[in-house]
Amino acid sequence: MGAMSTKQKIGWIAITVVVLLWSLFPVVSILMTSFKTQAGLFSGRFLPPEWTLENYETILAPGGSAQDLFLPALRNSIGISLISTFVAVVLAMFCAYAIARLDFRGKKLILTTALAVSVFPVVSIVTPLFNLWRTIGLYDTWIGLIIPYLSLTLPISIWTMTAFFRQIPWELEQAAQVDGATPFQAFRKAVVPLAAPGVFTTAIIAFFIAWNDFVYGISLTSTEAARPVPAALSFFTGASQFEEPTGAISAAAIVVTVPIVIVVLIFQRRIVSGLTQGAVKG
Amino acid sequence: MTTSASAAEKAAASRRKKRSDRSRSEGRLGWYLAGPAFVIMLLVTLYPILQALWDSLFSLRLTAPDETELIWFRNYQVVLGDPTFWQSLWVTVLITAITVAIELVLGFILAMVMHRAATKLRGIVRTAILVPYGIVTVVSAFAWFYAFDINSGGYINNWFDWLPGITEDLNWFAGQGTSLFVIIASEIWKTTPFISLLLLSGLAQVPGELEEAARVDGATGSQVLRRVILPNMKAAIMVAVLFRALEAFRIFDNVYIMTNGANNTEVLSLLAYNTSIGRLEIGLGSAISVLLFLCVLIIAFIAIKGFKVDLAGTRGER
Repeated sequence: MGAMSTKQKIGWIAITVVVLLWSLFPVVSILMTSFKTQAGLFSGRFLPPEWTLENYETILAPGGSAQDLFLPALRNSIGISLISTFVAVVLAMFCAYAIARLDFRGKKLILTTALAVSVFPVVSIVTPLFNLWRTIGLYDTWIGLIIPYLSLTLPISIWTMTAFFRQIPWELEQAAQVDGATPFQAFRKAVVPLAAPGVFTTAIIAFFIAWNDFVYGISLTSTEAARPVPAALSFFTGASQFEEPTGAISAAAIVVTVPIVIVVLIFQRRIVSGLTQGAVKG
Repeated sequence: MTTSASAAEKAAASRRKKRSDRSRSEGRLGWYLAGPAFVIMLLVTLYPILQALWDSLFSLRLTAPDETELIWFRNYQVVLGDPTFWQSLWVTVLITAITVAIELVLGFILAMVMHRAATKLRGIVRTAILVPYGIVTVVSAFAWFYAFDINSGGYINNWFDWLPGITEDLNWFAGQGTSLFVIIASEIWKTTPFISLLLLSGLAQVPGELEEAARVDGATGSQVLRRVILPNMKAAIMVAVLFRALEAFRIFDNVYIMTNGANNTEVLSLLAYNTSIGRLEIGLGSAISVLLFLCVLIIAFIAIKGFKVDLAGTRGER
Protein backbone atom coordinates (compact mmCIF):
# COMPACT_ATOMS: atom_id res chain seq x y z
CA MET A 1 0.00 0.00 0.00
CA GLY A 2 1.43 3.36 -0.99
CA ALA A 3 1.38 6.58 0.96
CA MET A 4 -2.08 7.51 2.18
CA SER A 5 -3.82 10.78 1.60
CA THR A 6 -5.02 12.69 4.65
CA LYS A 7 -8.57 11.73 3.74
CA GLN A 8 -7.70 8.02 3.77
CA LYS A 9 -5.86 8.41 7.04
CA ILE A 10 -8.86 10.00 8.71
CA GLY A 11 -11.07 7.31 7.23
CA TRP A 12 -8.91 4.56 8.69
CA ILE A 13 -8.76 6.21 12.07
CA ALA A 14 -12.55 6.52 12.06
CA ILE A 15 -12.94 2.84 11.13
CA THR A 16 -10.49 1.85 13.86
CA VAL A 17 -12.43 3.82 16.44
CA VAL A 18 -15.69 2.16 15.41
CA VAL A 19 -14.06 -1.30 15.56
CA LEU A 20 -12.58 -0.56 18.98
CA LEU A 21 -15.95 0.62 20.30
CA TRP A 22 -17.73 -2.43 18.92
CA SER A 23 -15.20 -4.91 20.28
CA LEU A 24 -14.30 -3.42 23.61
CA PHE A 25 -17.46 -1.67 24.75
CA PRO A 26 -19.10 -4.68 26.42
CA VAL A 27 -15.82 -5.46 28.19
CA VAL A 28 -15.46 -1.90 29.45
CA SER A 29 -19.12 -2.01 30.44
CA ILE A 30 -18.58 -5.03 32.68
CA LEU A 31 -15.39 -3.45 34.03
CA MET A 32 -17.39 -0.38 35.07
CA THR A 33 -20.06 -2.57 36.68
CA SER A 34 -17.35 -4.28 38.70
CA PHE A 35 -16.40 -0.93 40.28
CA LYS A 36 -19.96 0.01 41.25
CA THR A 37 -21.33 -0.08 44.76
CA GLN A 38 -24.59 -1.90 45.40
CA ALA A 39 -26.40 1.43 45.20
CA GLY A 40 -24.42 2.47 42.15
CA LEU A 41 -25.64 -0.60 40.30
CA PHE A 42 -29.12 0.81 40.13
CA SER A 43 -28.11 4.24 38.92
CA GLY A 44 -28.70 3.12 35.36
CA ARG A 45 -25.48 4.88 34.50
CA PHE A 46 -22.48 3.55 32.61
CA LEU A 47 -19.77 5.01 34.84
CA PRO A 48 -19.90 4.17 38.55
CA PRO A 49 -21.26 7.16 40.50
CA GLU A 50 -18.94 6.02 43.28
CA TRP A 51 -15.89 3.82 42.69
CA THR A 52 -15.30 0.81 44.95
CA LEU A 53 -13.12 -2.30 45.17
CA GLU A 54 -15.71 -4.02 47.34
CA ASN A 55 -16.67 -6.47 44.59
CA TYR A 56 -13.09 -7.61 44.14
CA GLU A 57 -12.84 -8.09 47.89
CA THR A 58 -15.98 -10.25 47.77
CA ILE A 59 -14.38 -12.72 45.40
CA LEU A 60 -10.69 -12.50 46.29
CA ALA A 61 -10.16 -11.32 49.87
CA PRO A 62 -10.20 -13.79 52.75
CA GLY A 63 -13.65 -13.59 54.29
CA GLY A 64 -15.23 -12.32 51.08
CA SER A 65 -18.62 -13.95 50.70
CA ALA A 66 -17.99 -15.37 47.23
CA GLN A 67 -14.34 -16.18 47.86
CA ASP A 68 -15.07 -19.81 48.72
CA LEU A 69 -16.83 -20.20 45.42
CA PHE A 70 -14.49 -18.25 43.19
CA LEU A 71 -10.95 -19.13 44.26
CA PRO A 72 -11.37 -22.94 44.15
CA ALA A 73 -13.10 -22.53 40.79
CA LEU A 74 -10.21 -20.45 39.50
CA ARG A 75 -7.74 -23.09 40.67
CA ASN A 76 -9.84 -25.85 39.05
CA SER A 77 -10.19 -23.95 35.79
CA ILE A 78 -6.49 -23.23 35.48
CA GLY A 79 -5.46 -26.76 36.44
CA ILE A 80 -8.01 -28.62 34.35
CA SER A 81 -7.56 -26.40 31.29
CA LEU A 82 -3.76 -26.64 31.42
CA ILE A 83 -3.75 -30.43 31.82
CA SER A 84 -6.30 -31.04 29.08
CA THR A 85 -4.46 -28.63 26.79
CA PHE A 86 -1.18 -30.42 27.44
CA VAL A 87 -2.62 -33.91 26.87
CA ALA A 88 -4.52 -32.84 23.74
CA VAL A 89 -1.54 -31.08 22.23
CA VAL A 90 0.85 -33.97 22.85
CA LEU A 91 -1.54 -36.59 21.46
CA ALA A 92 -2.55 -34.38 18.53
CA MET A 93 1.09 -33.62 17.78
CA PHE A 94 1.95 -37.29 17.26
CA CYS A 95 -1.26 -37.81 15.32
CA ALA A 96 -0.74 -34.80 13.08
CA TYR A 97 2.87 -35.78 12.48
CA ALA A 98 1.78 -39.21 11.32
CA ILE A 99 -0.91 -37.79 9.05
CA ALA A 100 1.28 -35.10 7.54
CA ARG A 101 4.39 -37.17 7.19
CA LEU A 102 3.81 -40.90 7.01
CA ASP A 103 2.06 -42.93 4.38
CA PHE A 104 -0.49 -45.22 5.96
CA ARG A 105 -4.05 -46.30 5.48
CA GLY A 106 -6.66 -44.69 7.67
CA LYS A 107 -5.44 -41.09 7.46
CA LYS A 108 -8.70 -39.96 5.91
CA LEU A 109 -10.61 -41.95 8.52
CA ILE A 110 -8.82 -40.16 11.35
CA LEU A 111 -9.40 -36.71 9.87
CA THR A 112 -13.04 -37.46 9.18
CA THR A 113 -13.54 -38.84 12.68
CA ALA A 114 -12.00 -35.68 14.13
CA LEU A 115 -14.42 -33.61 12.11
CA ALA A 116 -17.38 -35.75 13.14
CA VAL A 117 -16.38 -35.55 16.80
CA SER A 118 -16.30 -31.77 16.63
CA VAL A 119 -19.87 -31.58 15.28
CA PHE A 120 -21.37 -33.71 18.06
CA PRO A 121 -23.49 -31.39 20.20
CA VAL A 122 -21.96 -31.29 23.66
CA VAL A 123 -25.42 -31.62 25.16
CA SER A 124 -25.89 -34.97 23.39
CA ILE A 125 -22.70 -36.26 24.97
CA VAL A 126 -23.19 -34.89 28.44
CA THR A 127 -26.14 -36.99 29.63
CA PRO A 128 -24.50 -40.41 29.10
CA LEU A 129 -21.27 -39.08 30.59
CA PHE A 130 -23.20 -37.76 33.59
CA ASN A 131 -24.56 -41.27 34.23
CA LEU A 132 -21.31 -43.08 33.55
CA TRP A 133 -19.26 -40.68 35.65
CA ARG A 134 -21.65 -41.13 38.58
CA THR A 135 -21.37 -44.90 38.26
CA ILE A 136 -17.59 -45.13 38.05
CA GLY A 137 -16.85 -42.26 40.41
CA LEU A 138 -15.46 -39.68 38.00
CA TYR A 139 -18.33 -37.27 38.69
CA ASP A 140 -17.08 -34.03 40.23
CA THR A 141 -13.39 -34.84 39.71
CA TRP A 142 -10.67 -33.19 37.64
CA ILE A 143 -10.25 -36.25 35.43
CA GLY A 144 -14.00 -36.28 34.92
CA LEU A 145 -13.66 -32.94 33.16
CA ILE A 146 -10.29 -33.47 31.51
CA ILE A 147 -11.53 -36.47 29.50
CA PRO A 148 -14.55 -34.72 27.96
CA TYR A 149 -12.45 -31.60 27.31
CA LEU A 150 -10.24 -33.79 25.13
CA SER A 151 -13.22 -34.37 22.86
CA LEU A 152 -13.38 -30.60 22.37
CA THR A 153 -9.68 -29.89 22.02
CA LEU A 154 -8.32 -32.95 20.17
CA PRO A 155 -10.14 -32.55 16.83
CA ILE A 156 -9.23 -28.92 16.24
CA SER A 157 -5.69 -29.56 17.48
CA ILE A 158 -5.25 -32.41 15.02
CA TRP A 159 -6.55 -30.34 12.11
CA THR A 160 -4.54 -27.24 12.93
CA MET A 161 -1.30 -29.07 13.53
CA THR A 162 -1.67 -31.25 10.44
CA ALA A 163 -1.92 -28.05 8.40
CA PHE A 164 1.18 -26.67 10.14
CA PHE A 165 3.22 -29.83 9.79
CA ARG A 166 2.53 -29.98 6.05
CA GLN A 167 4.57 -26.81 5.60
CA ILE A 168 7.67 -28.18 7.25
CA PRO A 169 10.53 -28.99 4.86
CA TRP A 170 10.92 -32.68 5.55
CA GLU A 171 14.33 -32.97 3.83
CA LEU A 172 15.81 -31.90 7.15
CA GLU A 173 14.42 -34.96 8.85
CA GLN A 174 15.68 -37.23 6.07
CA ALA A 175 19.09 -35.62 6.38
CA ALA A 176 19.08 -36.35 10.10
CA GLN A 177 18.15 -39.97 9.43
CA VAL A 178 20.89 -40.28 6.84
CA ASP A 179 23.29 -38.97 9.46
CA GLY A 180 22.32 -41.94 11.61
CA ALA A 181 19.52 -40.62 13.76
CA THR A 182 16.61 -42.94 14.53
CA PRO A 183 13.21 -41.79 13.25
CA PHE A 184 12.33 -40.60 16.74
CA GLN A 185 15.56 -38.68 17.12
CA ALA A 186 15.05 -37.13 13.71
CA PHE A 187 11.54 -36.14 14.74
CA ARG A 188 12.70 -34.63 18.00
CA LYS A 189 15.79 -32.83 16.73
CA ALA A 190 14.76 -31.72 13.24
CA VAL A 191 11.00 -31.45 13.26
CA VAL A 192 10.03 -30.34 16.74
CA PRO A 193 11.92 -27.02 16.62
CA LEU A 194 10.31 -26.12 13.30
CA ALA A 195 6.92 -27.27 14.47
CA ALA A 196 7.10 -25.37 17.74
CA PRO A 197 5.20 -22.25 16.59
CA GLY A 198 2.37 -24.41 15.26
CA VAL A 199 2.24 -26.45 18.44
CA PHE A 200 2.22 -23.26 20.45
CA THR A 201 -0.66 -21.72 18.49
CA THR A 202 -2.62 -24.93 18.78
CA ALA A 203 -2.04 -24.96 22.51
CA ILE A 204 -3.46 -21.46 22.84
CA ILE A 205 -6.58 -22.38 20.88
CA ALA A 206 -7.03 -25.59 22.89
CA PHE A 207 -6.63 -23.67 26.14
CA PHE A 208 -9.25 -21.12 25.06
CA ILE A 209 -11.69 -23.91 24.27
CA ALA A 210 -11.19 -25.67 27.62
CA TRP A 211 -11.28 -22.37 29.53
CA ASN A 212 -14.52 -21.41 27.79
CA ASP A 213 -16.44 -24.62 28.45
CA PHE A 214 -19.66 -24.25 30.36
CA VAL A 215 -21.93 -27.24 29.68
CA TYR A 216 -19.52 -29.92 30.94
CA GLY A 217 -18.57 -27.65 33.80
CA ILE A 218 -22.08 -27.29 35.21
CA SER A 219 -23.21 -30.83 34.36
CA LEU A 220 -20.32 -32.96 35.53
CA THR A 221 -19.43 -31.18 38.75
CA SER A 222 -21.35 -30.41 41.92
CA THR A 223 -18.85 -28.98 44.40
CA GLU A 224 -15.75 -26.88 44.56
CA ALA A 225 -13.72 -30.07 44.06
CA ALA A 226 -13.84 -29.62 40.30
CA ARG A 227 -16.26 -26.82 39.38
CA PRO A 228 -14.61 -24.47 36.85
CA VAL A 229 -15.02 -20.69 36.73
CA PRO A 230 -17.73 -20.39 34.04
CA ALA A 231 -19.94 -22.78 36.02
CA ALA A 232 -19.13 -21.10 39.34
CA LEU A 233 -20.14 -17.71 37.92
CA SER A 234 -23.65 -19.00 37.38
CA PHE A 235 -23.80 -20.13 41.02
CA PHE A 236 -23.00 -16.75 42.54
CA THR A 237 -25.69 -15.43 44.83
CA GLY A 238 -26.19 -12.03 46.39
CA ALA A 239 -25.82 -11.15 50.06
CA SER A 240 -29.56 -11.69 50.40
CA GLN A 241 -32.10 -13.27 48.12
CA PHE A 242 -33.26 -9.82 47.06
CA GLU A 243 -29.80 -8.72 46.10
CA GLU A 244 -28.47 -9.60 42.67
CA PRO A 245 -24.79 -10.65 42.72
CA THR A 246 -24.13 -8.36 39.76
CA GLY A 247 -21.06 -6.66 41.18
CA ALA A 248 -19.30 -9.83 42.32
CA ILE A 249 -19.99 -11.62 39.03
CA SER A 250 -18.64 -8.64 37.09
CA ALA A 251 -15.49 -8.54 39.18
CA ALA A 252 -14.99 -12.30 38.71
CA ALA A 253 -15.64 -11.93 34.99
CA ILE A 254 -12.92 -9.28 34.79
CA VAL A 255 -10.47 -11.43 36.75
CA VAL A 256 -10.92 -14.34 34.32
CA THR A 257 -10.92 -12.09 31.25
CA VAL A 258 -7.71 -10.19 31.96
CA PRO A 259 -5.37 -13.14 31.28
CA ILE A 260 -7.23 -13.99 28.08
CA VAL A 261 -7.01 -10.42 26.79
CA ILE A 262 -3.30 -10.34 27.58
CA VAL A 263 -2.82 -13.61 25.72
CA VAL A 264 -4.70 -12.22 22.70
CA LEU A 265 -2.65 -9.02 22.80
CA ILE A 266 0.66 -10.83 22.89
CA PHE A 267 -0.09 -13.59 20.44
CA GLN A 268 -2.64 -12.08 18.05
CA ARG A 269 -0.37 -12.44 15.04
CA ARG A 270 0.32 -16.09 15.73
CA ILE A 271 -3.28 -16.89 16.53
CA VAL A 272 -4.41 -15.33 13.27
CA SER A 273 -1.95 -17.22 11.13
CA GLY A 274 -2.45 -20.42 13.06
CA LEU A 275 -6.22 -20.41 12.90
CA THR A 276 -6.42 -19.52 9.28
CA GLN A 277 -3.90 -22.16 8.30
CA GLY A 278 -5.81 -24.79 10.18
CA ALA A 279 -9.14 -23.83 8.75
CA VAL A 280 -8.74 -23.10 5.10
CA LYS A 281 -5.69 -24.05 3.18
CA GLY A 282 -6.30 -25.46 -0.26
CA MET B 1 -12.34 -49.59 21.24
CA THR B 2 -8.73 -50.64 21.54
CA THR B 3 -9.63 -53.87 19.80
CA SER B 4 -11.23 -52.10 16.87
CA ALA B 5 -8.18 -49.89 16.49
CA SER B 6 -5.85 -52.84 16.55
CA ALA B 7 -8.18 -54.73 14.20
CA ALA B 8 -7.96 -51.84 11.80
CA GLU B 9 -4.25 -51.93 12.29
CA LYS B 10 -4.12 -55.63 11.43
CA ALA B 11 -6.38 -55.17 8.44
CA ALA B 12 -4.21 -52.35 7.22
CA ALA B 13 -1.15 -54.47 7.82
CA SER B 14 -2.54 -57.46 5.92
CA ARG B 15 -3.37 -55.33 2.92
CA ARG B 16 0.20 -54.27 2.89
CA LYS B 17 1.78 -57.70 3.01
CA LYS B 18 2.94 -57.44 -0.57
CA ARG B 19 4.44 -54.05 -0.04
CA SER B 20 7.95 -53.50 1.13
CA ASP B 21 9.04 -53.85 4.73
CA ARG B 22 9.73 -50.16 4.92
CA SER B 23 6.25 -49.05 4.02
CA ARG B 24 4.80 -51.66 6.34
CA SER B 25 6.76 -50.38 9.29
CA GLU B 26 5.81 -46.85 8.28
CA GLY B 27 2.16 -47.83 8.42
CA ARG B 28 2.63 -49.37 11.82
CA LEU B 29 4.44 -46.31 13.10
CA GLY B 30 1.63 -44.18 11.68
CA TRP B 31 -0.96 -46.00 13.72
CA TYR B 32 1.21 -46.05 16.83
CA LEU B 33 1.48 -42.27 16.60
CA ALA B 34 -2.05 -41.45 15.49
CA GLY B 35 -3.82 -44.28 17.29
CA PRO B 36 -4.00 -42.86 20.82
CA ALA B 37 -5.65 -39.61 19.72
CA PHE B 38 -8.01 -41.55 17.46
CA VAL B 39 -9.00 -44.00 20.20
CA ILE B 40 -9.57 -41.23 22.75
CA MET B 41 -11.77 -39.28 20.35
CA LEU B 42 -13.85 -42.38 19.75
CA LEU B 43 -13.98 -43.33 23.43
CA VAL B 44 -15.13 -39.91 24.52
CA THR B 45 -17.77 -39.41 21.88
CA LEU B 46 -18.77 -42.73 20.34
CA TYR B 47 -19.69 -44.31 23.65
CA PRO B 48 -21.89 -41.41 24.84
CA ILE B 49 -23.64 -41.21 21.47
CA LEU B 50 -24.40 -44.93 21.44
CA GLN B 51 -25.47 -44.73 25.07
CA ALA B 52 -27.76 -41.78 24.27
CA LEU B 53 -29.31 -43.75 21.42
CA TRP B 54 -29.81 -46.72 23.76
CA ASP B 55 -31.15 -44.64 26.68
CA SER B 56 -33.61 -42.90 24.39
CA LEU B 57 -35.44 -46.22 23.96
CA PHE B 58 -36.13 -46.58 27.70
CA SER B 59 -38.48 -44.90 30.11
CA LEU B 60 -35.47 -44.00 32.20
CA ARG B 61 -35.94 -41.60 35.07
CA LEU B 62 -33.25 -41.24 37.71
CA THR B 63 -35.96 -40.27 40.20
CA ALA B 64 -37.56 -43.70 39.71
CA PRO B 65 -34.77 -46.02 38.54
CA ASP B 66 -36.69 -49.20 39.34
CA GLU B 67 -39.41 -48.45 36.83
CA THR B 68 -37.03 -48.51 33.86
CA GLU B 69 -38.64 -50.21 30.92
CA LEU B 70 -37.88 -50.64 27.23
CA ILE B 71 -40.46 -48.55 25.43
CA TRP B 72 -38.81 -48.36 21.99
CA PHE B 73 -39.68 -45.16 20.22
CA ARG B 74 -42.30 -43.84 22.60
CA ASN B 75 -39.89 -41.19 23.93
CA TYR B 76 -39.55 -39.86 20.40
CA GLN B 77 -43.31 -39.96 20.03
CA VAL B 78 -43.67 -37.95 23.23
CA VAL B 79 -40.98 -35.44 22.23
CA LEU B 80 -42.21 -34.97 18.66
CA GLY B 81 -45.78 -34.65 19.90
CA ASP B 82 -44.86 -31.99 22.42
CA PRO B 83 -45.31 -28.36 21.34
CA THR B 84 -42.39 -27.44 23.65
CA PHE B 85 -40.02 -29.32 21.37
CA TRP B 86 -41.27 -27.62 18.21
CA GLN B 87 -41.15 -24.24 19.95
CA SER B 88 -37.51 -24.90 20.94
CA LEU B 89 -36.63 -26.10 17.46
CA TRP B 90 -38.19 -22.99 15.93
CA VAL B 91 -36.34 -20.66 18.33
CA THR B 92 -33.07 -22.48 17.63
CA VAL B 93 -33.53 -22.27 13.86
CA LEU B 94 -34.47 -18.60 14.15
CA ILE B 95 -31.38 -17.77 16.24
CA THR B 96 -29.15 -19.75 13.88
CA ALA B 97 -30.52 -18.14 10.71
CA ILE B 98 -30.38 -14.57 12.02
CA THR B 99 -26.95 -14.81 13.66
CA VAL B 100 -25.30 -16.54 10.71
CA ALA B 101 -26.78 -14.10 8.18
CA ILE B 102 -25.75 -11.01 10.14
CA GLU B 103 -22.37 -12.42 11.12
CA LEU B 104 -21.55 -13.26 7.52
CA VAL B 105 -22.06 -9.65 6.42
CA LEU B 106 -20.48 -8.12 9.52
CA GLY B 107 -17.67 -10.67 9.52
CA PHE B 108 -16.90 -9.86 5.89
CA ILE B 109 -16.73 -6.15 6.64
CA LEU B 110 -14.42 -6.78 9.62
CA ALA B 111 -12.29 -9.13 7.53
CA MET B 112 -11.95 -6.41 4.89
CA VAL B 113 -10.95 -3.97 7.61
CA MET B 114 -8.33 -6.40 8.96
CA HIS B 115 -7.14 -7.15 5.42
CA ARG B 116 -6.81 -3.56 4.29
CA ALA B 117 -5.94 -1.84 7.55
CA ALA B 118 -2.94 0.43 7.32
CA THR B 119 0.16 -1.24 8.68
CA LYS B 120 0.34 1.05 11.69
CA LEU B 121 -3.22 0.31 12.74
CA ARG B 122 -3.27 -3.36 11.82
CA GLY B 123 -2.08 -4.63 15.20
CA ILE B 124 -4.65 -2.63 17.16
CA VAL B 125 -7.49 -3.46 14.77
CA ARG B 126 -6.76 -7.19 14.73
CA THR B 127 -6.38 -7.41 18.49
CA ALA B 128 -9.59 -5.47 19.07
CA ILE B 129 -11.55 -7.64 16.65
CA LEU B 130 -10.22 -10.80 18.30
CA VAL B 131 -10.98 -9.77 21.88
CA PRO B 132 -14.67 -10.81 21.93
CA TYR B 133 -13.67 -14.25 20.65
CA GLY B 134 -11.23 -14.69 23.51
CA ILE B 135 -13.79 -13.82 26.15
CA VAL B 136 -15.58 -16.65 27.90
CA THR B 137 -19.13 -16.91 26.54
CA VAL B 138 -20.56 -16.92 30.04
CA VAL B 139 -18.78 -13.63 30.77
CA SER B 140 -20.03 -12.02 27.58
CA ALA B 141 -23.53 -13.27 28.38
CA PHE B 142 -23.35 -11.53 31.77
CA ALA B 143 -22.00 -8.34 30.18
CA TRP B 144 -24.96 -8.12 27.80
CA PHE B 145 -27.41 -9.21 30.46
CA TYR B 146 -26.34 -6.48 32.91
CA ALA B 147 -26.34 -3.80 30.24
CA PHE B 148 -29.98 -4.53 29.40
CA ASP B 149 -31.46 -5.90 32.64
CA ILE B 150 -33.40 -3.23 34.52
CA ASN B 151 -33.38 -5.28 37.73
CA SER B 152 -29.61 -5.03 37.96
CA GLY B 153 -29.35 -1.46 36.77
CA GLY B 154 -28.89 -1.76 33.01
CA TYR B 155 -28.01 1.53 31.34
CA ILE B 156 -29.23 0.69 27.83
CA ASN B 157 -32.73 2.06 28.48
CA ASN B 158 -31.28 5.34 29.78
CA TRP B 159 -29.03 5.72 26.78
CA PHE B 160 -31.46 4.82 24.07
CA ASP B 161 -34.72 6.24 25.42
CA TRP B 162 -34.79 8.58 22.41
CA LEU B 163 -35.46 5.56 20.20
CA PRO B 164 -39.13 4.76 19.62
CA GLY B 165 -40.25 1.82 21.75
CA ILE B 166 -37.52 2.14 24.37
CA THR B 167 -38.63 3.58 27.67
CA GLU B 168 -36.87 3.75 31.00
CA ASP B 169 -38.80 0.82 32.44
CA LEU B 170 -38.71 -1.45 29.39
CA ASN B 171 -37.98 -4.94 30.72
CA TRP B 172 -36.04 -6.66 27.94
CA PHE B 173 -36.20 -10.07 29.60
CA ALA B 174 -39.96 -10.07 30.09
CA GLY B 175 -40.89 -10.96 26.53
CA GLN B 176 -39.79 -13.41 23.86
CA GLY B 177 -38.93 -10.92 21.13
CA THR B 178 -36.84 -8.58 23.27
CA SER B 179 -35.10 -11.46 25.09
CA LEU B 180 -34.18 -13.06 21.77
CA PHE B 181 -32.93 -9.70 20.53
CA VAL B 182 -30.41 -9.46 23.40
CA ILE B 183 -29.43 -13.14 23.11
CA ILE B 184 -28.83 -12.80 19.37
CA ALA B 185 -26.94 -9.52 19.79
CA SER B 186 -24.60 -11.04 22.36
CA GLU B 187 -24.07 -14.13 20.22
CA ILE B 188 -23.22 -11.98 17.21
CA TRP B 189 -20.80 -9.87 19.24
CA LYS B 190 -19.09 -12.93 20.67
CA THR B 191 -18.67 -15.04 17.52
CA THR B 192 -18.34 -12.64 14.58
CA PRO B 193 -14.52 -12.67 15.04
CA PHE B 194 -14.57 -16.38 14.27
CA ILE B 195 -16.21 -15.77 10.88
CA SER B 196 -13.94 -12.77 10.26
CA LEU B 197 -10.84 -14.88 10.83
CA LEU B 198 -11.93 -17.52 8.35
CA LEU B 199 -12.98 -14.91 5.79
CA LEU B 200 -9.70 -13.07 6.30
CA SER B 201 -7.82 -16.20 5.31
CA GLY B 202 -10.12 -16.46 2.29
CA LEU B 203 -9.38 -12.86 1.33
CA ALA B 204 -5.69 -13.58 1.54
CA GLN B 205 -6.18 -16.30 -1.05
CA VAL B 206 -7.71 -13.99 -3.65
CA PRO B 207 -4.96 -13.36 -6.19
CA GLY B 208 -4.02 -9.69 -6.03
CA GLU B 209 -3.22 -9.58 -9.76
CA LEU B 210 -6.79 -10.54 -10.65
CA GLU B 211 -8.13 -7.70 -8.58
CA GLU B 212 -5.66 -5.25 -10.11
CA ALA B 213 -6.46 -6.42 -13.63
CA ALA B 214 -10.19 -6.00 -13.06
CA ARG B 215 -9.62 -2.48 -11.75
CA VAL B 216 -7.39 -1.57 -14.69
CA ASP B 217 -10.16 -2.78 -16.99
CA GLY B 218 -12.41 -0.23 -15.31
CA ALA B 219 -14.46 -2.45 -13.01
CA THR B 220 -16.15 -0.64 -10.14
CA GLY B 221 -15.57 -1.62 -6.53
CA SER B 222 -18.77 -3.63 -6.29
CA GLN B 223 -18.04 -5.40 -9.59
CA VAL B 224 -14.63 -6.43 -8.33
CA LEU B 225 -16.26 -7.66 -5.14
CA ARG B 226 -18.95 -9.72 -6.91
CA ARG B 227 -16.94 -11.04 -9.86
CA VAL B 228 -13.45 -11.47 -8.44
CA ILE B 229 -13.30 -11.45 -4.66
CA LEU B 230 -16.39 -13.44 -3.66
CA PRO B 231 -16.04 -16.29 -6.20
CA ASN B 232 -12.45 -16.81 -5.11
CA MET B 233 -13.48 -17.00 -1.46
CA LYS B 234 -16.16 -19.63 -1.89
CA ALA B 235 -14.36 -22.29 0.11
CA ALA B 236 -13.63 -19.94 2.99
CA ILE B 237 -17.22 -18.70 3.05
CA MET B 238 -18.48 -22.28 3.08
CA VAL B 239 -16.31 -23.31 6.00
CA ALA B 240 -17.23 -20.16 7.90
CA VAL B 241 -20.97 -20.57 7.35
CA LEU B 242 -20.94 -24.30 8.05
CA PHE B 243 -19.01 -24.12 11.29
CA ARG B 244 -20.85 -21.07 12.54
CA ALA B 245 -24.23 -22.63 11.73
CA LEU B 246 -23.26 -25.80 13.60
CA GLU B 247 -22.09 -23.74 16.56
CA ALA B 248 -25.12 -21.47 16.54
CA PHE B 249 -27.47 -24.44 16.44
CA ARG B 250 -25.91 -25.72 19.64
CA ILE B 251 -26.26 -22.36 21.44
CA PHE B 252 -26.56 -22.87 25.19
CA ASP B 253 -24.50 -20.60 27.46
CA ASN B 254 -26.08 -17.22 26.61
CA VAL B 255 -29.61 -18.52 26.91
CA TYR B 256 -28.89 -20.36 30.15
CA ILE B 257 -27.44 -17.20 31.73
CA MET B 258 -29.87 -14.61 30.40
CA THR B 259 -33.31 -16.22 30.48
CA ASN B 260 -32.79 -19.89 31.33
CA GLY B 261 -35.45 -20.56 28.74
CA ALA B 262 -38.13 -18.24 30.15
CA ASN B 263 -40.63 -16.58 27.78
CA ASN B 264 -40.25 -19.22 25.06
CA THR B 265 -36.55 -18.69 24.58
CA GLU B 266 -35.67 -22.29 25.39
CA VAL B 267 -33.32 -23.55 22.67
CA LEU B 268 -32.89 -27.25 21.86
CA SER B 269 -29.66 -27.67 23.84
CA LEU B 270 -31.27 -26.11 26.88
CA LEU B 271 -34.38 -28.27 26.53
CA ALA B 272 -32.20 -31.39 26.35
CA TYR B 273 -30.17 -30.20 29.32
CA ASN B 274 -33.17 -29.29 31.47
CA THR B 275 -34.87 -32.57 30.67
CA SER B 276 -31.94 -34.86 31.44
CA ILE B 277 -29.77 -33.06 33.95
CA GLY B 278 -32.43 -30.82 35.45
CA ARG B 279 -35.41 -33.16 35.68
CA LEU B 280 -33.37 -36.40 35.49
CA GLU B 281 -35.66 -37.70 32.73
CA ILE B 282 -32.76 -39.45 31.04
CA GLY B 283 -34.84 -41.33 28.45
CA LEU B 284 -36.69 -38.27 27.19
CA GLY B 285 -33.59 -36.09 27.39
CA SER B 286 -31.60 -38.59 25.36
CA ALA B 287 -34.28 -38.61 22.70
CA ILE B 288 -34.03 -34.81 22.47
CA SER B 289 -30.22 -35.05 22.30
CA VAL B 290 -30.42 -37.55 19.46
CA LEU B 291 -32.84 -35.31 17.57
CA LEU B 292 -30.50 -32.36 18.15
CA PHE B 293 -27.63 -34.41 16.76
CA LEU B 294 -29.71 -35.35 13.70
CA CYS B 295 -30.49 -31.66 13.08
CA VAL B 296 -26.77 -30.82 13.21
CA LEU B 297 -26.03 -33.61 10.72
CA ILE B 298 -28.74 -32.30 8.38
CA ILE B 299 -27.27 -28.78 8.54
CA ALA B 300 -23.80 -30.12 7.74
CA PHE B 301 -25.19 -32.16 4.85
CA ILE B 302 -27.15 -29.24 3.36
CA ALA B 303 -24.19 -26.88 3.69
CA ILE B 304 -21.75 -29.29 2.05
CA LYS B 305 -24.18 -30.15 -0.77
CA GLY B 306 -25.27 -26.54 -1.20
CA PHE B 307 -21.78 -25.16 -1.60
CA LYS B 308 -20.51 -28.13 -3.60
CA VAL B 309 -17.12 -27.84 -1.94
CA ASP B 310 -15.12 -30.82 -0.78
CA LEU B 311 -14.91 -30.26 2.96
CA ALA B 312 -11.86 -32.42 3.52
CA GLY B 313 -10.13 -30.53 0.75
CA THR B 314 -10.87 -27.14 2.18
CA ARG B 315 -9.80 -28.11 5.66
CA GLY B 316 -6.19 -28.68 4.84
CA GLU B 317 -6.04 -32.03 3.10
CA ARG B 318 -4.29 -32.22 -0.21
